[in-house]
Amino acid sequence: MKILVPVKRVIDYNVKPRVKADGSGVDLANVKMSMNPFDEIAVEEAIRIKEAGKADEIIAVSVGPAKAQETLRTALAMGADRAILVETDDTVEPLAVAKILKAIADEEQPGLIMLGKQAIDDDSNQTGQMLAALMGRPQGTFANTVEIDGGSVIVKREIDGGLETVKLTMPAIVTTDLRLNEPRYASLPNIMKAKKKQLDVKSPADFGVDTAPRLTTTNVSEPPVRQAGEKVADVDAMVAKLKALGIA
Amino acid sequence: MATTGMDPEIFDQFIDQLKRYVRERLIPAEAEVIANDRIPDDLLDEMREMGLFGLTMPEEYGGSGMNVPQYVETIRVLSYALPAYRSITSINLGMVCSALKNSGTDEQKAEWLPRLAAGEIACFGLTEPGSGSDSAAMATTARKDGNGYVLNGSKRYITNAPHAKLGLIMARTSQEALPRNAHVSAFLVPMDSPGISVGKPDRKMGQSGSHIADIYLDDVKLPGDALLGGEEGKGFATAMQSLDNGRLSVGAASAGYAQRILDTALRYASERKAFGEPIANFQLIQAMLADSRAEIYAAECMLRDASEKADKGKAIIECASAKMFASEMCNRVADRCVQIHGGAGYLAEYEAERFYRDSRIYTIYEGTTQILQLVIAKNMLREFAAGAAA
Repeated sequence: MKILVPVKRVIDYNVKPRVKADGSGVDLANVKMSMNPFDEIAVEEAIRIKEAGKADEIIAVSVGPAKAQETLRTALAMGADRAILVETDDTVEPLAVAKILKAIADEEQPGLIMLGKQAIDDDSNQTGQMLAALMGRPQGTFANTVEIDGGSVIVKREIDGGLETVKLTMPAIVTTDLRLNEPRYASLPNIMKAKKKQLDVKSPADFGVDTAPRLTTTNVSEPPVRQAGEKVADVDAMVAKLKALGIA
Repeated sequence: MATTGMDPEIFDQFIDQLKRYVRERLIPAEAEVIANDRIPDDLLDEMREMGLFGLTMPEEYGGSGMNVPQYVETIRVLSYALPAYRSITSINLGMVCSALKNSGTDEQKAEWLPRLAAGEIACFGLTEPGSGSDSAAMATTARKDGNGYVLNGSKRYITNAPHAKLGLIMARTSQEALPRNAHVSAFLVPMDSPGISVGKPDRKMGQSGSHIADIYLDDVKLPGDALLGGEEGKGFATAMQSLDNGRLSVGAASAGYAQRILDTALRYASERKAFGEPIANFQLIQAMLADSRAEIYAAECMLRDASEKADKGKAIIECASAKMFASEMCNRVADRCVQIHGGAGYLAEYEAERFYRDSRIYTIYEGTTQILQLVIAKNMLREFAAGAAA
């Protein structure tokens, strides 16, 4: 069985993002970029499935700029077998990514497509679901545990108030949540080996997908700064204050 | 001639992973290492898997073949965390690797380099109770015995001795003190050889989790091929060859740790309030922060330049200067960090106190500041006498 793992290059989770002065988006000039942490969890899970002898090959895919090769190299260094970069400088929206992934899945015929539940840059949380709909295949989103069971995959999903267990017939799409696993660090020997692994570069046109944006971002702004609280002398003063604010 | 080293892209990717590993694994484990005075075995295994013991070994021997600037930068990044993490790798990566690369026979390289790269720990035995840099007084002897040797004597302050599988041991193969220290030979000694015993680890001022101890050699029988390079009288020269690298490693450890110390001081100064505002707003605090930042930058520049020169050949003055400056600098920064913390800086509850104790060794080992002053001056005078200064 093959596992397809789509990974996205995003702003590093340790970086404090800054909004551009004109409000058109987040300033990414000279900002450290890394693999989307949820995708890293997907790569780790795929490797664990392969290490357990339940998969033969892991293919990492990214849709993005030439620099996304670095992200794919990280996936290869962690343990993916080969990689495909669909290179474009456009901002590719989830629907277009899903269309490209469907085309790749048609070629590669993976048993499992495992990806992060969302990317930490736009927080869309759509690609996995759209891909499942386009392919007409079952989906298990927000995976907390993943278990291969013959031709099926059993996914425990994180839902409000607990875990929901679903059994999906493969090929299936699984999106990973934070607590699924703790991704490994790429070791120096494996980073060196990854350099020699196959990385194919394609373009959206190769898959007949038009990546032109359907959405327009009108404005991006910083979250409001939290206001300082106020100290009151005693209980009476606090009650009076709450009444004045209309809370009590 | 500069060595190629590792592919720069691979190197950058590794440094990225290492920074994360330091932040997410090594620093959170510090408290445990300090409390038990040892690096936990699972963490040590993880460090081996990360490739941290094989940075300098050639690729064909299972290492990653870093050049000097890459090695020095890696040590700087690693040294943002507790010094014990560098210390446990330092003898493998530095002295013993370079001795084997420069002087080992092909058989010796094939036997030991892959084991060292995989993380079998090595130690280096030069210093003795009665001799250090003055090897004329060395008392450990290697007596010829058939095709082999018999070693007797003791070694003192040997880093990693309690953990070592391999000891590179210096012993005299001639009773007389010969010119250029040709009475000293180097031996590759498996530490489980009969006749070897290791003393109790010495208690130290700082550097928790790293260990030094005495080694006692009592009629230790070695085969002839234990002699490094198969040639007598080369031991001291071999040791001297890797001094530049060793000094750069301690310089890099100082610069990396100084950055950690300054970051800690800056955070404290921004959080701690006095007279109704953060103490970072006070100009006398700012002066300490600014001096530290400038001095760390100076040390980094020196290390980069010295390591590039050392990669091309000998750079005795540059390496000695970089080590001397960086280690003294680290102690100044640690002192300011305590000062900025005020009373809290004297308490073991805050990190400032152990930064201060940990830093203290850096101006001492791999050549004290005073020995380095002599080295720098001696080479200046030699160059002047040769007319090179004109």
